[in-house]
Amino acid sequence: MAIEVIEPGLATSIQDQGRPGYYNVGVPPSGALDLYAAAAANALVGNDPSAAVLESAYMGPRLRFTDAAVVAVTGAQVPVMVNGDEVPRWESFRVSAGDELSFGFLQAGARIYIGVSGGIDVPVVLGSRSLYALGAFGGFEGRPLQAGDVLPVGSGQGTPGLRVPDALRPEYPKELSVRVVLGLYDYRLTDEGMSALIDKPWQLSPVADRIGFRYSGNTLKWKDRKQPFGAGSDPSNITDAGYPVGSIQVPGGVEPIILHRDAVSGGGYAMVGTVISADMDVVGQSAPGTQTRFVPVSLDEALAARAAYRARTREMLAALS
Amino acid sequence: MATHNVQTPIPGVFYRRPAPDQPEYAAPGDVVAADQTIGLVEVMKQYAEIKAGVAGTLVSFAVESEATIGPGDVVAVIETA
Repeated sequence: MAIEVIEPGLATSIQDQGRPGYYNVGVPPSGALDLYAAAAANALVGNDPSAAVLESAYMGPRLRFTDAAVVAVTGAQVPVMVNGDEVPRWESFRVSAGDELSFGFLQAGARIYIGVSGGIDVPVVLGSRSLYALGAFGGFEGRPLQAGDVLPVGSGQGTPGLRVPDALRPEYPKELSVRVVLGLYDYRLTDEGMSALIDKPWQLSPVADRIGFRYSGNTLKWKDRKQPFGAGSDPSNITDAGYPVGSIQVPGGVEPIILHRDAVSGGGYAMVGTVISADMDVVGQSAPGTQTRFVPVSLDEALAARAAYRARTREMLAALS
Repeated sequence: MATHNVQTPIPGVFYRRPAPDQPEYAAPGDVVAADQTIGLVEVMKQYAEIKAGVAGTLVSFAVESEATIGPGDVVAVIETA
């Protein structure tokens, strides 16, 4: 069983639940930017939630299946077609040998997940099949998909007609709030700078990929200081430090960047806050132009949100088992 | 006579020139070929060319240069012969 890539889309890669544990040596976690949607795509086709799926940004690929399989598409709101006939999202369906899967224009969200029974069976690298494109490893030959690629698929048994209940399907609004824990360098902002960060919406720019999401709209003011040894001359510079996944850096005080799952592990920009883990899927599904407010929460609130997120994932998986 | 709406498949910033110091790909009134590029969309540090899609006369652009657009948005209207 294999999948032939007829058209790759704009940026389609193989991702799973990621590669945690190597950030200390500069290898980011990678994995699906919307982990919930990826887990659902797997559960719908009878796979373990950690199996590898296809992630497409902004534009779906065109694929041909060499053999019969059970397939499911989750994530961004987009028309999904088999041989030109529309099929439902967040629901498993059967394809036959030679069938073609294609997509219309995205209507909401940013990333499409395609699960296939058996999972995409590329080699495991450091415990994961996820592509890390900057490192040129994982995924299919260490790169995004290209036309003509033939993707190996494992053996699996899926059941067509399984569906994620409506209440457990996320929505992808064009205006959203993202919860952040402030720090470690928020003390470097003036009161006015903090107000610009959290009291006004930011707009997602087109510079939004698996590495980082860059926003525009406001300007942050920094407190005056003599820059410490090892730090660059801009007030947004610090002596190099580790970057948490989800951390928000603001080079030059303009255009905050949320680091996502393919980000570098450290550098010399002050991080004013970190997006809580429960909201990273929402960031990953943001399309350019999305109005985003950063809402400060406490660490306890962040942990409660993480617990709620995990409970919702368990509920979704239980509904499909 | 029929009109054809040129849609962008991807979101991003629309440009009518290949670079700031170069002329526009096309202007209203121009006769365009189906495979002719009429604009660019920038997303994820990549630039995707938007083709006319049909041969005809470019009637108008539906979005300003450097506007942020979404998938399916009409960027230009072409009148086919």
